[in-house]
Amino acid sequence: MTASPQELAASLARTGYLCDDALATVAFLALELDRPLLLEGEPGTGKTALAEALAEALGLPLVRLQCYEGIDASQALYDWDFPRQILHLRAVESVAGDSDLEEVEQGLFSERFLLARPVLRALRESPAVLLVDEIDRADDEFEAFLLEVLSTHQVSVPELGTVVAETPPLVVLTSNRTRELHDALKRRCLYHWIDHPSLERELAILRARAPEVPERLAHQVAALVHRLRDADLVKEPGVAETLDWARALHRLGARELDVESAARTLGAAVKHREDVERVRAALDRLLAG
Amino acid sequence: MARTAPAADELLLGFTRALRAAGLAVTADRARAYADAVAVVGLDDRRATYWAGRATLCRGPDDFAPYDRVFCAWFEEAEPPLTERRQQPPQHVLQAPLDDDGGAGGGDGEDDALHAVASDVEVLRHRDVAQLDAAERARLARMFASLRPTTPTRTSYRRRPANRGSVDPHATLRRSLAQLGEPVEIRFRRRSTRPRRTVLLIDVSGSMSSYADALLRLGHRIVTAEPARTEVFTVGTRVTRLTEALRHRDPERALMAAGATVPDWSGGTRLGEALKVFLDRWGQRGMARGAVVVLMSDGWERGDAALLGEQMARLRRLAHKVVWANPHKGIAGYQPVQVGMAAALPHVDEFVAGHSMAAFEQLVRVIGDA
Repeated sequence: MTASPQELAASLARTGYLCDDALATVAFLALELDRPLLLEGEPGTGKTALAEALAEALGLPLVRLQCYEGIDASQALYDWDFPRQILHLRAVESVAGDSDLEEVEQGLFSERFLLARPVLRALRESPAVLLVDEIDRADDEFEAFLLEVLSTHQVSVPELGTVVAETPPLVVLTSNRTRELHDALKRRCLYHWIDHPSLERELAILRARAPEVPERLAHQVAALVHRLRDADLVKEPGVAETLDWARALHRLGARELDVESAARTLGAAVKHREDVERVRAALDRLLAG
Repeated sequence: MARTAPAADELLLGFTRALRAAGLAVTADRARAYADAVAVVGLDDRRATYWAGRATLCRGPDDFAPYDRVFCAWFEEAEPPLTERRQQPPQHVLQAPLDDDGGAGGGDGEDDALHAVASDVEVLRHRDVAQLDAAERARLARMFASLRPTTPTRTSYRRRPANRGSVDPHATLRRSLAQLGEPVEIRFRRRSTRPRRTVLLIDVSGSMSSYADALLRLGHRIVTAEPARTEVFTVGTRVTRLTEALRHRDPERALMAAGATVPDWSGGTRLGEALKVFLDRWGQRGMARGAVVVLMSDGWERGDAALLGEQMARLRRLAHKVVWANPHKGIAGYQPVQVGMAAALPHVDEFVAGHSMAAFEQLVRVIGDA
């Protein structure tokens, strides 16, 4: 499919996702070695966006599983559509009193009553990109369950049989590090920590994702965000915030960034009260650079 | 994919050995994954070799620094292929490296019976820990076994099957399916409770040194009562995560391991900066969220008291409850007038003493009821 990390980076760039060669190398390896890719990093550094871009660049469907506390197999794998099964039973009852019991039972656990959840869907539709988003929010038990599926690429539904992915899906796991993941899961995966991009790259991302923003404004916003990241804030603004901020300024008709327009739109990039106060107080100094 | 030549394999294998010597947990399967990855990108591509190793051999950001060092030494590079990140500004409060090797040594188990006469025990319970002699300390150490920490709980978002509560349509339908669609039995579910996380921050600066032993023992009791939901850190000039060390069942072993882990016993106190490091690195990410956070400190702040106040406010917004245990509060006539304590106090939910066994018992109750 792709012959080298550089080629992968180029095809990702065509979808509007600009990555450095480190990330390109790791993503390339994940494809080549059939290993899940575990991405950690600050919120807003493009972990989820990478999965989306990979799917688009490789021309594969993206299946997304959003994790949350208490998620279990019936939300990740499959479930039976009970209400429809009961309706079906009632219908069979009223139509024919002497229908074959075996047949009715088998009909009850057939494909049409199966609700395929993301993991099963990804295995069936594979080749596909399976995005397991914010795995750190799920419980430990779910992690173990996921590990099993990821290492065998198969799921067995007792009533139907085993679903095996012919080509394993490309799995991308993201984590915000709200808790440490189990080493067993990490060992299965290729690990990459996504950092905030360099100024040049962030500017390039801004130009690619928000082409309507004038170049001068884009440059000023990217530079200011970079200075903010060094300003010891509670929450450093991510790339997503840079994009939001630039778009917000553009919508308000700003041609360039000054203290007044920056202060008015600060909420797009800085989202903690202490941070807002600190940045407001230092805005003219930050803008002067 | 083609395997690399034997010489290359040796080079890579040696590299993983060197990493292991530097403290990284490089298992055989990780080393294998690394060799496979390098075979794909090619050994002559140094940058790709570097990134392949970071992806396969490192467990997290903590591993990056030793990895960079070993990589440079092994492949004779002047510096690691640049990560695009700018250098972090230097901080006064450093994060101590984690050292999870347990100290050797036995000591008596906590299941030792209490031999002391009851009235003696009662007296000892109320004595200030800092004023005990060696024999009394040894007896006090055994008394920690009688502490029974309970875990604070919260209502869970998830509902569990119960005998009463709201109707569980899913389970009811599932049940009726077994009766061929007759809704014979109605199933119920209700919200259950989940344990809250407890986070202990123990001040190990010079002014607290006479309490450090007792506080660590207390920490050990609380950790072993609910190992999965308790975290312990020491704060001083550094922030050190002690949870792993204190998970040993045996208190003496746990304390030895803790002693080996913490690099800054009896140093100065920069509570504000230390708290900031804790919140940036762990707290904000989720460890302090909805948790019961207990600070054990006398509130002597050598750094900026305003920073401490600010960080305490931040902590309180994240945490479910902030408890401050101050050993001096147990002393008659104590007033919380030290700048650090005064700055922190508005952001504290419960302000308790922390100088004697009786005070520890009360603290454990406060945590359990939070």
